[in-house]
Amino acid sequence: MQDLQAQDREWSAAMRAALAGDAAAYARLLTGLTPFLRTLCRRSCARVGLATSEAEDAVQETLLAIHLKRHTWDSSQSLTPWIAAIARNKIIDAARRRGRRAETNIEDFEHVLAAPPETEHFEREQGRQDALRLLVQLTGKQREAIEAVSIRGESLRVAAVNLGVTEGALRVSVHRGLKTLAALYRKSNT
Amino acid sequence: MNTDDLIAALAADNDTKATPLRRSFAVDVALGFTASAAFFFAFLGLRKTFFASLDDPRFLFKFVFTATMAASGLALALRLARPGAETGAAGRAVWLAPALLVAACGVELATVPADQWFARMIGQNAIHCLILVPFMALAPLAGLLLALRNGAPTDPHRAGAAAAFAASGLSATLYAMSCPDDSPFFLAVWYMLGTAIVVAVGWLAGGRLLRW
Repeated sequence: MQDLQAQDREWSAAMRAALAGDAAAYARLLTGLTPFLRTLCRRSCARVGLATSEAEDAVQETLLAIHLKRHTWDSSQSLTPWIAAIARNKIIDAARRRGRRAETNIEDFEHVLAAPPETEHFEREQGRQDALRLLVQLTGKQREAIEAVSIRGESLRVAAVNLGVTEGALRVSVHRGLKTLAALYRKSNT
Repeated sequence: MNTDDLIAALAADNDTKATPLRRSFAVDVALGFTASAAFFFAFLGLRKTFFASLDDPRFLFKFVFTATMAASGLALALRLARPGAETGAAGRAVWLAPALLVAACGVELATVPADQWFARMIGQNAIHCLILVPFMALAPLAGLLLALRNGAPTDPHRAGAAAAFAASGLSATLYAMSCPDDSPFFLAVWYMLGTAIVVAVGWLAGGRLLRW
């Protein structure tokens, strides 16, 4: 229990830093959250009868939702229940979309936090898996922008120079692209 | 794109921020309410006895009731816009306005002779009330649904219903300034029926519009 509280304090502090503009703290937080989201999504997918190969999709959809809705977190509260509610919502959605009867008793997030995380090797394998197949459905500018800052890992400034656009315009394209991806997830397999 | 790449893209987008919840609620509700108020003053207006009634407890109670509805509905809708937030006191507070109304009806039963009960309940303008309370709730409801879309309600039906309850309270506050009927009996039947219609609409609209 002590560990869970320490974990939550660490995550909450990282999210506060992220909301204050610290992109590096934000990247560390998301990377730190991912193993737990993955465990949660794998177990939940198994429970609602989805193939575990769909779990990585659910992880990415949850990360996208965390990102696009992070302003709904009340920074005076702890972060874990907020994350858990978003993950639960996304998994139920994913199950419903595929016509399964969504069970609401998705495994308690605290259970997953308390469980030993999967091995590092397993994590690396999962992290490399191509899951966001929806990227190919993005239109030109948004797709270029997202590929530059994600797959090629360029900074906004470098990517803007390479693509011959202003940094502001690139920023807008990245944001719109992420919103489009979230919308594509909502519509996929319906 | 793999998950690590996605995280890189999300971090690159860290500086683009959505409107804070409280601000989007304040702005969207104000816009919706202003639209309804403009309609009210253009087509309905204050009743002739408005200022003369300001010391009448029945008249004043109407506003206590409608303002309580609006405030408690808003508080609950804002709470429901945040994933994982406990509704707690805000969830119970929506019962405050109905409880006040039941108490007021008790006082009315005790102080008004039985042969006037029915006339007071039917009032003069029941159909008006039944149409105008839902109609003037539409703009604030639209504003609130927009604000909720900026949020992340994990129970979209309930969030839509809470928004509708708040919108009914705002609409009924306007309507009460024009409506000649002040008896709690009238409120308990016609205002509540109007509110029930709006809440049903909000529940359905929430389920359709508040997915994220």
